Order: sequence, then C-alpha cells, then structure tokens
Amino acid sequence: MPEDKSIQELGLDEYKFGFHDPEDYFFKTPRKGIDPEIVAMISKHKNEPEWMLEYRLKALESFLSKPTPQWGGDLSDLDFEEIYYYIRPMENQGRSWDDVPDDIKNTFEKLGIPQAERESLAGVGAQYESEVVYHSLKEEWEKSGVVFMDMDSGLREHEDLVREYFGTIIPADDNKFSALNSAVWSGGSFVYVPPGVHIDIPLQAYFRINAENMGQFERTLIIADEGSYVHYIEGCTAPTYTTNSLHSAVVELIAKPNARIRYSTIQNWSHNTYNLVTKRAVAEENATVEWVDGNLGSKLTMKYPAVYLTGEGARGEILSVAYAGDGQHQDAGGKVVHAAPNTSSLITSKSISRGTGRSTYRGLLKVHEGAVGAKSRVECDALLLDENARTDTYPYIEIEEKKVNTEHEATVSKVGEDQLFYLMSRGLSEEAAMAMVVNGFIEPIAKELPLEYAIELNRLIQLEMEGSVG
Amino acid sequence: MLKIDNLHVEIEGGEILKGLGLEVGKGEIHAIMGPNGSGKSTLSNVLMGHPRYDVTDGTIEFMGEDVMELEADERARLGMFLAFQYPSEVPGVSVANFLRTAVNSVREKELAPMEMYRLIQEKMKIMQMDPKFAERYLNEGFSGGEKKRNEILQMLMLEPKLAIMDETDSGLDIDALQVVSKGVNELRGPEFSAVIITHYQRILRYIEPDHVHVMLDGRIVTSGGKDLALQLEDKGYDWVRQEFGSAAQS
Ligand SMILES: Nc1ncnc2c1ncn2[C@@H]1O[C@H](COP(=O)(O)OP(=O)(O)OP(=O)(O)O)[C@@H](O)[C@H]1O
Ligand SMILES: [Mg+2]
Repeated sequence: MPEDKSIQELGLDEYKFGFHDPEDYFFKTPRKGIDPEIVAMISKHKNEPEWMLEYRLKALESFLSKPTPQWGGDLSDLDFEEIYYYIRPMENQGRSWDDVPDDIKNTFEKLGIPQAERESLAGVGAQYESEVVYHSLKEEWEKSGVVFMDMDSGLREHEDLVREYFGTIIPADDNKFSALNSAVWSGGSFVYVPPGVHIDIPLQAYFRINAENMGQFERTLIIADEGSYVHYIEGCTAPTYTTNSLHSAVVELIAKPNARIRYSTIQNWSHNTYNLVTKRAVAEENATVEWVDGNLGSKLTMKYPAVYLTGEGARGEILSVAYAGDGQHQDAGGKVVHAAPNTSSLITSKSISRGTGRSTYRGLLKVHEGAVGAKSRVECDALLLDENARTDTYPYIEIEEKKVNTEHEATVSKVGEDQLFYLMSRGLSEEAAMAMVVNGFIEPIAKELPLEYAIELNRLIQLEMEGSVG
Repeated sequence: MLKIDNLHVEIEGGEILKGLGLEVGKGEIHAIMGPNGSGKSTLSNVLMGHPRYDVTDGTIEFMGEDVMELEADERARLGMFLAFQYPSEVPGVSVANFLRTAVNSVREKELAPMEMYRLIQEKMKIMQMDPKFAERYLNEGFSGGEKKRNEILQMLMLEPKLAIMDETDSGLDIDALQVVSKGVNELRGPEFSAVIITHYQRILRYIEPDHVHVMLDGRIVTSGGKDLALQLEDKGYDWVRQEFGSAAQS
C-alpha cells in the first residue's frame, strides 16, 4: 500500500467514505473453531447492538445441534474445527502478492488484467480507481434515497430496517450453513431501494471494494420497495479465493409489490473451497425476482437459489450454469414455491462436466393449494465433455393445486466425435472446437448477462477447460 | 494436388476401403459415383482425418505432403475442405461467429472485424442466403437444402485448395442446385481442385468434371470422362458390377 499521505492527498482515505473505522484494521479470532466466546468476540469487536449478539448466539446453538447434511455433496472432509471464523479483512489486504497462489496469478495473467488491478482483485492492494467510480455513483444513488453499503455499516446506520428484515427470509435455523452464517456473518451488502426508484446501472459489490465483500461468511440483504428496480451483481468474475476452505454466504432478497430484483453472480472459487450458500427471495404481488448464477471452481458447491412467490402475479426466474472439472462436484439448481394465484416461474439450469467432474441438478417446484393458474417451466440441460464425466438430476415436484400448468424437461448431451470433427475440419483446434460447443451450450445464460460479464464467463470456462484436452 | 494410393480403411473391424487409388491434379474437378454403401463417405471422412477410422494400409498425399498423421484442423489449414453429407448442428453458436472463428483459424493473420463482416455479406449474397442466417445457430433447424448452402458458404469463406463434396447436391431443389453450383464455380480455377461425390449426373451439367470415377465395394473400379456419368444414370450400376464386380471381390 502507498503511504498514508498520498491516500490523504487523493482524498480517498477510507474514513472519509465511512467504509470502516481506521482503528479496526487488524483483528482475528484468537483461535480456530467456534464457540459462544468466539461469537461474542466477533459481535463485540463490531460494536453490535445486543439483539444481534443474541441472534448470533441462538444461531450458533442451532448450528451446533444440526447434523452435517448427508445429501448433496460429500462434506466428510470439511472440518469445522480447522477454520478461523473471523479474520478482520484488512489483514487480507496486508497480504503480499507473493502469497497469492500460482494458479490464481496465471489466471490473472491470461485474463490480461493489469498488475495493479490484479493485486486488488487478489485482495493485496487498494482499489483507488473503483473507489473513485463508486464515489460518484454513490452520490447519485444517495440523492434518490438508495442505500448501498456493506452489511456491517448497514446494521450501524439503518438498524431499524435491518432488524425488521434480517433473517426473515432465511431464518437462522433453516439449515446448518445458514445457522453458521447467522452466527459468524461478516461483510456482504445491504441494499434498500425506495418505492418507484429504478437503478439503471447495476449495483456491483465490485465497486464497494473494501475487502469485506470477499468474506467467507458474507451476508447480503436487498430490499426493493414497491415498484422499484435493481440489478445487483455480486463479487467480480476474477477468481476469488480464501485461505480457508469454506465459503458459506446467506443472501436474502425482498421484492415488494411491482418491484423487480435481478441478482447475478459469477464466481470462480479456488479448487479447495467448499461453497455452501443459501439464497432465497420473496416476490410479493406482481413482483419479479431473477437469479442468474454461474458456478465455477470450488471443490464442492451446494447452491439452490430460491424464490417464494407470495403475491398474486409474482414471477420468479432462476438461470444457472455450472462447470465441474476434474475432482469437482457442482450440486446446484433452484427452488420455486408458488403460494399465490397466477404466479409464474422459469428455472433454466445448464451444467458442464468433464473428466472426473460431476454436476447435479437439484430442484424443487412446489405449488400450494389455491395457487390457481400457476405456471412453471423447468429445463435442465447437462453437457458431458467426455466419457467419465457424470451428471444426475433430482427434480422434486410437489403440486397441491389442480389448475396449474407445469412443464419439466431434462436433456443430457455429449460432445460428439462428429460434432468436434465438423468444427475441426474448419480449422479449429480440438480445444477451440470444444470451447465453441461449450460456449454455444451456455449461450442462453450468457445472453442474460451484461456483455462484459458474458465474455468473462466464456473466458473463465475456457480457462478452466484449458490443458485438460486430450 | 491429391494422391491416394492403395488405401485400406477399417471401421469396427470391417474393411470398407479396400485398396483405393485416386489422383487429382491441380485445377481438376473429379466426380465419384457409386452405389449406397460403397464407401464414398468413408473416403471423404478419412481424407479429412476423422479419428474414428483405422487406416490399415496405403498413403494419402496432399500437395506432396503425407497427411496421414495430421489432425483434421491441420489438414484444413493446409487447404483441404469437406462439405459434409450430414453437417452437425452446434446449438448456441451463430453462423457468423462460427465463420469468423473458422476463417481466422485457417488464416495466418486475423481478418479485421469490418472486413470479415463484408466478406460474410458478400459470400452469403452469392449463396442467396438471407442475411438473417448469419445470426442463426449453426445448422440448428436448418432444412436439408439450407444446410448444404451453408456448407458451400463455408467453402467460399475458407477458400480451400481442395474441396471434397459429399453429396452436396442431394436433396436440393433445382434453384438451390444452381446456386450451389455457382458457388463452386466461383472458386474454380487453376489453383482449385474438387472431388464431387454424387448419385446424379445433373449437378455435373453445372459443374463440368474433368474425370468421372465409379466406386464399388471400397475401390475405384473404372474411370472415364463426363459421358460415364450419363451412361451410369442410364443403365444403373448392374453393368459395372458385372464387369468389375469380380475384380472387387478378389
Ligand atoms: N460407424 C460405422 N460402423 C460400422 N459400419 C459403418 C460405419 N460407418 C460406415 N459403415 C459402413 O461402411 C459402408 C460404407 O459406408 P459409406 O457411408 O462410406 O457409404 P457411401 O458410399 O457414402 O453410401 P451412401 O451413398 O449411402 O452415402 C457401409 O456399409 C456402412 O454401413
Ligand atoms: Mg455417403
């Protein structure tokens, strides 16, 4: 990091933007593992109100009492005692470039990201450019009453709103990992969009780049008030990694009547990460919620973004794409619950498996009695790049109402010898031919993303595939 | 240009090509005719380097170079092209994107985007294809005739030195046949050779061949001028079988 003086000169000191108090720079729990003392320490360190401490402690009880799930992926190597549950993020920023793993460095190299940018993406530098961009956007948002800050600041500055909604969509005891997150959460985003406000530029956690959003247990809450619109883009597309091997986030979205929330994620975790995330949204009357979710990297991902359609005419869409290479398991899908009449939903899931990679679609479609006129379509397509790759589909469907229209379609395709030969006969190398088939396969998802993210998604998948041809 | 000698090819243990020989000179157009199952598509695929076939004997030389060990993409970069009898579909990949990637793969220097765009427009016009096709996904939902036009469009874009056309004329209506023939004749010249595989002599009225060969049971059994095509259409393959069938069996 440059000297403090130059930061002051630039007018970019963190205190000024209220990111966090300067005296908070370094903090780490004194030991690995989790118990009430650790949780209390985290809460105290953050100066949280009493109710949040109680919330955390109750969540901890729930976490400790729940068994590790036996369904989904293999979690037997995950040792909860071997994890630091809270590391003050500034410490991450103090890491040097030399500490960044080689594969991550290579990826930055191949993506052509400039050195300064690389360092900040890897969490080893400061992010002046982005802060400048963020600053001007922030002023504009503030004029229309939009709140966009990290969750810790959200709790400090908008305690009432947070208290009203926090944990209402995903209760702490929903599952073992939501309980864990509720006990030790840190970072993530807090967003509130006032009635009728449309935010044209996607809110990107990338702009809000204090290292908090890279946390392992981040917590995000987005409230879109009546008739508003927001597109939130989580993280950045460059590989994210943590020194620890567990990432367990909780994301809650609330779309009030006629509001629309789109939430996009493309993440590329290092291959030693367990990525166990709970994402759930509520869509009220005529509201729309869309999840666009790209899962790359990690050792095991278990993630099933959900939409609860609680108001008449609400709509939910879940688009997901996953790539499972050697030794990886992507267990992903989506859940939709129709709890009101004339609600509609669409789940599109695309997975690519290669080598010993395994991808699983796991989905739930539930239609409650009385959700007359509900419409739902589920489409899951798996692409296998070679003979060993594996895919499975577990679509759970519970329908309690007769007057509904549901469709389910699942396809499994293999990249065929003839298809590759066709492309290669036009001069494409085997690798390029394979990449072309894969890019075509994910096109329906890629075209839903802002252009630069779509390009990035394609490139990241290409990078993941590289070197494994043959 | 192309020299095939004593080519023996097996697939799943069965021998399909049984000592095939063929020479195609620079600038020449050759037609190959032969009954169903005689091995024409097998020959096409083997020439282009399909990995599924086992070549057990013989040689293939292209412009004096032994291409037997080369992958399909390497052969394409040397200037070989195969218009497929059954082109594959590639969902999600637009024709334009595919053409761009293909052209830039065979060229030494990438073509500037604007030039590429113009080139695609120009060639599509020759093939009388609606510009909308550029944005459609490669061969997905194309009619039989549209797929064939698309094959020749690719040929025009890639400008190969040798084109093998496997029944490009099958399933074309009369207008399309003329368009496709026009596409081929575009490239015709002293630097372009072609092997046209067909069941009908009608395409040969538009693209006049220098030589016509008859393939039977994995070999070229007789060759002649364009009259041979007429004769075959008239009389069928029975007389070829009677005259050369025993030779093919031995
Ligand atoms: N994958 C395969 N496995 C087994 N036999 C095959 C395979 N591919 C081709 N053959 C056989 O090889 C023989 C030649 O087939 P080929 O497709 O080359 O014939 P063709 O001359 O192109 O016929 P057509 O005029 O019908 O297109 C046929 O008997 C066919 O069944
Ligand atoms: Mg054939």
